[in-house]
Amino acid sequence: MELINQHTKKIMEGCKERASDAGLKFDKATLEYMVTNTDLLELSPKNMIPTLYDYWLQDIEVLRSKGEYEYYPNNPYETVINTRPAISFYNNENPDWMNVMIFYHVIAHVDFFQNNRFFEQTWDYDFKEKALTEKRIVSKIRSQKGRAVDYIIEFTRGIDNLVGYFASLKEKEDVELFKLPEQIDYYFNHFIQNQTSFGMQMYLEEIERYNKIEEIEGKTKEELFLALVNGKNPEFDDNFQKYKKEYKQKVGQDLIQFILEESSFINKEENIWMKSVISIIRDTSLYFSPQIRTKIMNEGWASYWHEKLFLKDERIRGHEVGFAKVNAKVTSLSKVGLNPYAIGWRLFMHIEELANKGMYSYDFRRLNEIEQRKKFDTSSGKGNDFIFFIRENYCDATFLNTFIEQDFVDKYKLMVVGQRLNSVKNVKEYYVKSKKAKDYKSMIVNSLYHPPYITFSKDNDGVLYLKHHFEGKELLRDYIPNTLIGLEYLWGNKVNLETMELDWEKMSSGSDGINTDDITRHDPLFRKVIYTVENKKVKKDVIN
Amino acid sequence: MQTKKNKITSDLNVNQDIGREPDHKNTNHPVSHDYINTFEKDKNYFGFYDYRDFAFLLNFSPENTTLSRLFTLDKLLERDKIREKDGFPRKIKLGKLVKPSKDGKDKAIIIPTASEEKFYHWNGDPSGGDGSPTGGNGDETEGEVIGEEPLREDEGEGQGAGQGKGGQHGMGAEAYEIGRILTEQFELPNIKEKGKKTSLTKFSYELTDKNRGHGQILDKKSTLKRIVKTNLALGNITTDEEPDTSKMIITPDDRMYHILSRERDFESQAIVFFLRDYSGSMQGKPTEVIVTQHIYINSWLVYQYKRQVVSRFIVHDTEAEEVPDFYTYFNKSVAGGTDVSSAYALVNKIIEEEHLARDYNIYVFHGTDGDDWKDDNSKVIEELEKILKYASRVGITIAENNYSSRNSTVVENYIKDSNFLEKYRDVLHLDSFVAAEATEERIIKSIKVLIS
Repeated sequence: MELINQHTKKIMEGCKERASDAGLKFDKATLEYMVTNTDLLELSPKNMIPTLYDYWLQDIEVLRSKGEYEYYPNNPYETVINTRPAISFYNNENPDWMNVMIFYHVIAHVDFFQNNRFFEQTWDYDFKEKALTEKRIVSKIRSQKGRAVDYIIEFTRGIDNLVGYFASLKEKEDVELFKLPEQIDYYFNHFIQNQTSFGMQMYLEEIERYNKIEEIEGKTKEELFLALVNGKNPEFDDNFQKYKKEYKQKVGQDLIQFILEESSFINKEENIWMKSVISIIRDTSLYFSPQIRTKIMNEGWASYWHEKLFLKDERIRGHEVGFAKVNAKVTSLSKVGLNPYAIGWRLFMHIEELANKGMYSYDFRRLNEIEQRKKFDTSSGKGNDFIFFIRENYCDATFLNTFIEQDFVDKYKLMVVGQRLNSVKNVKEYYVKSKKAKDYKSMIVNSLYHPPYITFSKDNDGVLYLKHHFEGKELLRDYIPNTLIGLEYLWGNKVNLETMELDWEKMSSGSDGINTDDITRHDPLFRKVIYTVENKKVKKDVIN
Repeated sequence: MQTKKNKITSDLNVNQDIGREPDHKNTNHPVSHDYINTFEKDKNYFGFYDYRDFAFLLNFSPENTTLSRLFTLDKLLERDKIREKDGFPRKIKLGKLVKPSKDGKDKAIIIPTASEEKFYHWNGDPSGGDGSPTGGNGDETEGEVIGEEPLREDEGEGQGAGQGKGGQHGMGAEAYEIGRILTEQFELPNIKEKGKKTSLTKFSYELTDKNRGHGQILDKKSTLKRIVKTNLALGNITTDEEPDTSKMIITPDDRMYHILSRERDFESQAIVFFLRDYSGSMQGKPTEVIVTQHIYINSWLVYQYKRQVVSRFIVHDTEAEEVPDFYTYFNKSVAGGTDVSSAYALVNKIIEEEHLARDYNIYVFHGTDGDDWKDDNSKVIEELEKILKYASRVGITIAENNYSSRNSTVVENYIKDSNFLEKYRDVLHLDSFVAAEATEERIIKSIKVLIS
């Protein structure tokens, strides 16, 4: 890996200036590297983070990709990583004009990383450096503890999609919202409000009392006030601890944290080192969480800007045709399939257009007359501001859910494509299933990244009980046993998983009661099952 | 050009990404769905998470390069063994990847895979239908068909063409390597030679012979030796003083060459017939299991016979036909009934017409779900016995459908009744299990049963 040459870097700096003038906000320091095929192969299992910890399955992944590339050349990588400074990777054979386009695309990604609120927790540090430290920790522990480290990595990764990403966002928000020391916050917002004898009058008096307390030498206002509270309510401290624990369970804790705190195995004296490895895996997963949840927005945003800025850039005059070709390839809607560049880009343009006409307003929404709706235009010119607002505050789910509407679907001739077998012609047919915005939206939202929602508790025998909250899709059965075996290892005791699965037997027996080989086209029937893993043996019980 | 009835295909493939939920499609899809790891070759359209800047902006993908830093496959498999000793299931699976190609030279390679198991949603179609909907774009109205994709490979060309085209039917060098790994790591047995009756004479051309005066490659060492000898004889070199090279002469006869020469090889050669029931009831898991097993067996034989293996592929429902290559073999599906005897009869016909029994070790592996619609079993028993008389091994796998509640299947029953399992104990092996419950371990175990 080497840095791009001075000539190319100069082009990049020119792009940054123009992007900055257009309103994109990003750290001016960036690093650009040329990568070779070998680099790419080695970086891919590490999600392009060169300093990510080593793990033997990454090697298998590389061997696998080597095989795959022979026949199916493709690559799964990002060009730009969310570090400080942001690092992006390039192929060294691009002509200058193409680099201009890619640079704009990359700059928009960087802008997105550094301004979208879902990335908030990645703003305060440089992940690459953190990862490097962690990589060293892992290899040091590995040299002491041997392959146990790899089991810990593997099994923690087995549940790393269940990290409480949204809970971790909320935690931060709580702090910002209340800004009160947590005991004080608990006193006013929970403790006294739960006491039936407390009326509004008394509540206000209590606040008054708090406000009036003057700091005296060596003691803060809070300490003085809490001393008063404790004197009056001896049970306050106990209640507070209990509340804190419950609160954590409710929102602040994910399965990995729970295991860290409650596992009988991890908390053995000789196994304490495992905690650092587990935390590393958890942090890494949290770091990647916003990325996968903003794929469409991020690519749409980058495509929007690379097009807009490229066409304005006077340095590339004469290369419009070349650009048009590449850009069309990237942003064309597929006949069948979902292209995040194409859909995200069009949706941003659509939103900008509507916002420019002032259509995101009550005045427009209340119009029923189709002609009036067509003509509506307040020439507000707020489109640009509005899409910047969206890039700051939305993620894929909210973005698509809010802004996909019939006008958008009609304008770009979008549709839901279904598949069916035609046994007469012996072909699989792709057909237009629906052109309604409602169906399109639900199809698209359904295809978004969405890990299963699983809650957990520890029962009196020390058994870890996982409850999968069924959302219409069963869990991928092939993966359940090994994931559970890993969990048992981390937990140090029996583990249960309650979930729902398709009842193929019942479905295939059919309503007419005839046992038929043709199990296609039946209403899905689900049944409740409980998996138990004990001593690395997994069994499944059907609950009636 | 996009026509209304365009065939939707794509050579690009999908790779995994952090946290990406693998799209486990329809379980009823006939095969291309890899049993072990889904490479999603059956997925002809893209989802959101399949798009990446590198591919779509830079048009850049890495080539196959050797990475010395990495563990070798052997080392990784070694690790996996230790893992088993630690009480955890093996992690590395061998996956297959097939690239169809228009000129018929389909290629299949086997690559190691390891899935990172997590709790994921299964994205298949819960109604047992034909796959979940996706997005699209176009002028067509609701209900209109916008494209179709054949379930069956195009026929016509290359029918019954056993050898020739496509060489070893795409099972190239990788098969040998995988066979070695299977033999060594999964402790598959080595082959038992059934005497030498099947040795075959063939010639190869090598540069091992030396020749004086002319040839293809100068052998410098021997040439120097001869020069010294000649000059010793001429008295140009004496033992008591430093040799003076300027006085030495070189005669044309001194030049020694390697010369290309014909060598006789005595090698065993095998022909293996893979028979697969592709009737309607085989769809889904049974087919996956059978095909996976057959690809392993083929690899094992390729290794055992040092690549001297000819593979022939036969699919059957009520009628049997030979297909030209592995890809067609494992992708074909129809919805017909089943007549096992048709396949056996075709094997006998090929063997007889091409006089194969004399020169080859013959292996026949048959995969079925155990159904046979023929009421009269005498035909199939008769054909099977014919095969048993010349074959080195006949291995029958019965991958039962989970909905057949009968204790044993039709095929299993008549083979047991025929007493062949006793009579031809050394040749005929049979293994049956429920397809839906077949793990990789079970498949490997089954291979051991069939070939040991």
